[in-house]
Amino acid sequence: MYRYDEFDARMVRERVAEFSGQVARRLAGELSEDEFKPLRLMNGLYLQLHAYMLRVAIPYGTLSSRQMRRLADIARRYDRGYGHFTTRQNIQFNWPKLADVPAILDALAEVEMHAIQTSGNCIRNVTADHFAGAAADEVEDPRILSEIIRQWSTFHPEFSFLPRKFKIAVTGSPQDRAAIRVHDIGIACIRNAAGEAGYQVFAGGGQGRTPMLAHCVGDFVSRDDILAFLEAVMRVYNEEGRRDNMYKARIKILVHQLGADEMRRRVEAEFAEIKAQGALHLPHAEYQRILSYFAPPPFADLPAVSATEGAARARDGAFAAFVAQNIFPHKVPGYASVSISLKPIGGIPGDADAAQMDAVAEIAARYSFDEIRVTHEQNLVLPHVRRDDLYAVWQALSAAGLATANIGLVTDIIACPGLDYCDLANARSISIAQDISTRFADPARQRDLGELKIKISGCINACGHHHVGHIGILGVDKKGVEHYQISLGGSAAEDASLGEIVGPAVTADSVADAIETIVDVYRAHRTGGERLLDTYRRVGAQPFKERLHAAHQH
Amino acid sequence: MPPISISTRAPGAFEDVADDAPLPVAGAVIVSARRLAAERDGVFARNDAVGVVLESHESPMQLPPEDLQRLSLVVLMFPKFRDGRGFSWARMLRTRLGFRGEIRARGHFLRDQIFFMARCGIDSLEGDLRITAEAVSDALATFTHVYQPAADGRRSVVLARHG
Repeated sequence: MYRYDEFDARMVRERVAEFSGQVARRLAGELSEDEFKPLRLMNGLYLQLHAYMLRVAIPYGTLSSRQMRRLADIARRYDRGYGHFTTRQNIQFNWPKLADVPAILDALAEVEMHAIQTSGNCIRNVTADHFAGAAADEVEDPRILSEIIRQWSTFHPEFSFLPRKFKIAVTGSPQDRAAIRVHDIGIACIRNAAGEAGYQVFAGGGQGRTPMLAHCVGDFVSRDDILAFLEAVMRVYNEEGRRDNMYKARIKILVHQLGADEMRRRVEAEFAEIKAQGALHLPHAEYQRILSYFAPPPFADLPAVSATEGAARARDGAFAAFVAQNIFPHKVPGYASVSISLKPIGGIPGDADAAQMDAVAEIAARYSFDEIRVTHEQNLVLPHVRRDDLYAVWQALSAAGLATANIGLVTDIIACPGLDYCDLANARSISIAQDISTRFADPARQRDLGELKIKISGCINACGHHHVGHIGILGVDKKGVEHYQISLGGSAAEDASLGEIVGPAVTADSVADAIETIVDVYRAHRTGGERLLDTYRRVGAQPFKERLHAAHQH
Repeated sequence: MPPISISTRAPGAFEDVADDAPLPVAGAVIVSARRLAAERDGVFARNDAVGVVLESHESPMQLPPEDLQRLSLVVLMFPKFRDGRGFSWARMLRTRLGFRGEIRARGHFLRDQIFFMARCGIDSLEGDLRITAEAVSDALATFTHVYQPAADGRRSVVLARHG
């Protein structure tokens, strides 16, 4: 894992001091709430429906046990005993008091954490594949570039007041687990024909009210040029992005209005200028310095197959089901990555209480080289577990209520906080997720339905990623009554696509029924090992629309 | 109120001249980009310093290079603090166009933006009455180190790490 050097540590300390001064000015009445707002937002502090919410950055979703324990401490001491892991691999605390925020930031700084640029119209926390450094299909560990981008973008003097927020994601594998095509900039680590390391750069993706997939603006950007290239994209956007309408201010609108070819031409022209100047050349030594922090942990030499695990699976069906669903192959023989579902049946997606955070920290310290990941699907990962230890890990997770075997299944639902917390929301999200989860609780039925990604947003801002759900659910307000629009066919993976609305919006108490209807159509039409997404792509929307209209005519 | 300096350069004394007002007989003036383009010979013939105001949508890249060479001041408008185009314009003026005169920010901004403004090459501020010299010196000392090159010549952390 990356560790702060004296420069990084000082930067975060000075930011805490600056923000503490801003809070003091606010509490003393020297700043109005209006004036304080942009300042607090730059540090991840929102004013929600009921209270302040603090969003803490977890860069590229990587945490140590010590950091996770500190998050548990903060949840206990300053919140109501829990935290909420988000689709941007961050954690949110929903109930901090304003006067406590400086102390929370101090506590975070002690473990090399912060809330810098988790909000505001700046370059936000960088996200990456949660299996980074462990996945067998990886070309390059995406955390190295992500950390380089984190530093370059931190307190960027030119790009801290952009037209709108700006999100960058990096994948190190051809199989995209970082959803790069729906980010403002998406980066894939690649190799060219000569075997040299470089990056394919996409720009202009996003969700919200105008969902768009990003276009490629750089086929192969060499490693030492990557920051210069990113700066070129940022400058074109800062200068030309729309500022007259916040709903049209994201880079996706600029790319759409200019056209992908013209955007690429402008980026290339700007890149040539920056490159000629040379100031942003990334030194090889700096890449190597950061790379060294992400060196593989001391893996043991193990057989690929674990007899201990095999015996445990044979005698314990629940464990076998967990292994079948929650284990991801590791690049080192004898190891596996373990996904920890934060989607217990009927639970709140992404929530974990302090005791669970401590339990995960303990298990990671003992069995996963002290490492934990947060996924953009609101789950956790223990990246490096010996297959021989899987049974013990499963038992420890079970004891903490964290062994739900549903990764990628119908109950592994993404949901935004919705109207229960958020002052932008039109409708609740959490209760809808709970209804669906309860309805499809039967594990055998879940397994029969296979990979099925349901994503729920409580408003058009799409924090719950509904556009890229195999089934997407969007909460809307119709004359004061919560309704839900259902879409099918979205994907955030390497086969990225945006879902299409199928049928009339339904009321909250009919959503689970509508999902039943969709699943029935899928089961009637599926062939071979097709997922719902595959069947939908093959047969089209019509059969689903017909049944939904028939079932939900009012 | 007089402009406040945020760099080592002392702000110059200029008089703003509206597009429809005659140029004064003597003294340094600030004119709009439109007037400069229309009356460049007359404006530069006065033998006094000339400044130009650029609205936030006006790129300094559009100024004819021979005009830029003769300008003593570029005023960048910040219509509201959220409009961050001026940061790019200032940096372009310094690092790409080689402008060595004064760059002044005018309009609406926060004292919490001063650190960034100085890094992008802005010398002086005209706007918020509450920004005192003390607030400026506090703001400029916010961060000891910087993570990226800008227009102020400061060595980034990356270069400091690797000598």
